[in-house]
Amino acid sequence: MHALKLITRNALRHKIRSGLTVFGLLIAVLAYGLLQTVVDAWYAGADAASKTRLITRSAISLAFQLPLSYESRIRAVEGVTTVARSTWFGGIYKEPKNFFPQFAVSANYLDLYAEFVTPEADRQAWLRDRRGALVGRQLADQYGFKVGDVVPLRGTIYSGDWQFVVRGIFDGADETKITRQMLFHWAYLNEWQRTRPGRRADQVGVYIVGIDAPERAAAISRAVDAQFANSTAETLTETEQAFQLSFVSMSNEIIAAIRVVSYVVILIILAVMANTMAMSARERTAEYATLKALGFGPGYIAVLILGESLAICAVGGGLGLWLTPYAAAGFKQAAGGLFPIFAVSQTTLMAQVLCAAAVGIVAAIVPALQASRVRIVEGLRAVG
Amino acid sequence: MQPVVEIRNLAKSYRRGGQIVPVLTDITLDIQRGEFTALMGPSGSGKSTLLNLIAGIDKPDSGHLRVGGLDITALGEGELADWRSRNVGFIFQFYNLMPVLSAFENIELPLTLTRLSRAERRERVELTLSLVGLSDRKDHYPSELSGGQQQRVAIARAVIADPVLIVADEPTGDLDRQSAADILAMLQRLNAELSTTIIMVTHDAHAARTARRLIYLDKGELMLEPPTI
Repeated sequence: MHALKLITRNALRHKIRSGLTVFGLLIAVLAYGLLQTVVDAWYAGADAASKTRLITRSAISLAFQLPLSYESRIRAVEGVTTVARSTWFGGIYKEPKNFFPQFAVSANYLDLYAEFVTPEADRQAWLRDRRGALVGRQLADQYGFKVGDVVPLRGTIYSGDWQFVVRGIFDGADETKITRQMLFHWAYLNEWQRTRPGRRADQVGVYIVGIDAPERAAAISRAVDAQFANSTAETLTETEQAFQLSFVSMSNEIIAAIRVVSYVVILIILAVMANTMAMSARERTAEYATLKALGFGPGYIAVLILGESLAICAVGGGLGLWLTPYAAAGFKQAAGGLFPIFAVSQTTLMAQVLCAAAVGIVAAIVPALQASRVRIVEGLRAVG
Repeated sequence: MQPVVEIRNLAKSYRRGGQIVPVLTDITLDIQRGEFTALMGPSGSGKSTLLNLIAGIDKPDSGHLRVGGLDITALGEGELADWRSRNVGFIFQFYNLMPVLSAFENIELPLTLTRLSRAERRERVELTLSLVGLSDRKDHYPSELSGGQQQRVAIARAVIADPVLIVADEPTGDLDRQSAADILAMLQRLNAELSTTIIMVTHDAHAARTARRLIYLDKGELMLEPPTI
């Protein structure tokens, strides 16, 4: 009981010093949580990928498209249930900063994406309208799109001004699903290509391949690619997750840098905390020597210092932990839809707790050892 | 009757800058139970070192030192800490109170090492507070007390666990004349009324006169004929 009293009161002894240390911990734990959430958000698409979908793309590069004729040959491969088309459009909505993905897709695309919940009436309305588009709920909320609205896009890959009519809004089956994209008819894009001299029609960006069993993904991928081996347009078929990760891997260096910064933040606060505890312990050398003279053991002294360090870290870390979801919500808002899924995971919250606890323990080790080993006669002579 | 402190051929030296400096040489001394002894001597004579050895917060190089019949030189650090908590009360020149604890809590501190219940501890602290005349200041922190009052809290802390002996290192060294006289009177009263064994290091001849026995040290040796004070 006395130990708790001493720990609490010692922690509050230098209010400005403790306050600043708590503030530093708050910032560090908060920054760590946000940075880890950024990394998680980067992988959100890959994490949400289905195990029963494969992506077939050009083996050379995503910049190269595949012939439409491949579709029927892929569908003929054993284990393949559905084949849908998807082509990246890359249009600009008003200004380049208003980025969101747009895909020209085949009519059966949504059959493969059960996680995009679309009202049947909307889907039928979309199917009936060549210029019709389906937009995800997150995208609709961001720009205020409603059914019947016209979405103007300035083409970059497919030049010219395009106008699509929102015919439906689809929701994610759960909150982890990204619904920040727009889908429109591949056939509409293909017709446009046919009318443009010098452009090749009947080309598909990627094929989305539905399969009957996830455990057969590797075999089916090999079978699909074998169909087109040694052709002028060889394919590369991989799981949707691997496909998504190949995008993430383009940003590997950035992600690594973010991770390193998050660890550096913790290391810096560790140094600050260790300095605070070293100063406090040094100032109290005579008090610790007095306690030892009275009969308190070295372990008791170590507990006082460790307890104080953990108490400060608990307050700072706790505040940082509490603020992280709010800060994440603000960050998501400020990022303007760059991270459609930006939720602080349980793993990140747990890591924040562990970081705060580790800082509390590691920062106290040296001061606690020094104070508990101080010779009483020398400690009593010390001036705080 | 067996002396409470038995010192035989005690020696202590310190290493300073690669040199060994003898501080105490061949000290042999007995202190009887209930004695109030003053240790005097010039600076560097070894009186504080002798006090520290008797109190078990320092270790001799050689010789025998028995306190309450126990050879404390043979005890390990942990045993010594435990022994100190039960047998020695400390009074320091600068009081050495815990600044974050109230007078009551400072006095209670040694009792937290015992098995006494909270109620028993409270009762003893209240009694000791009244003994040193600070019942009305029990909730005050050291910074809210005068030097004399702080030293009275320190005395209360020293006697609360009913130790075999009390060691006081310059207990009046930081006090004004009146406060010093009050503290010395209090120590005398403790010794007279409770038969507490007190060993006090002091520079002050006036303070030394309050003791019943005077031991004089010079250059680490006991003087057979103390100088006139």
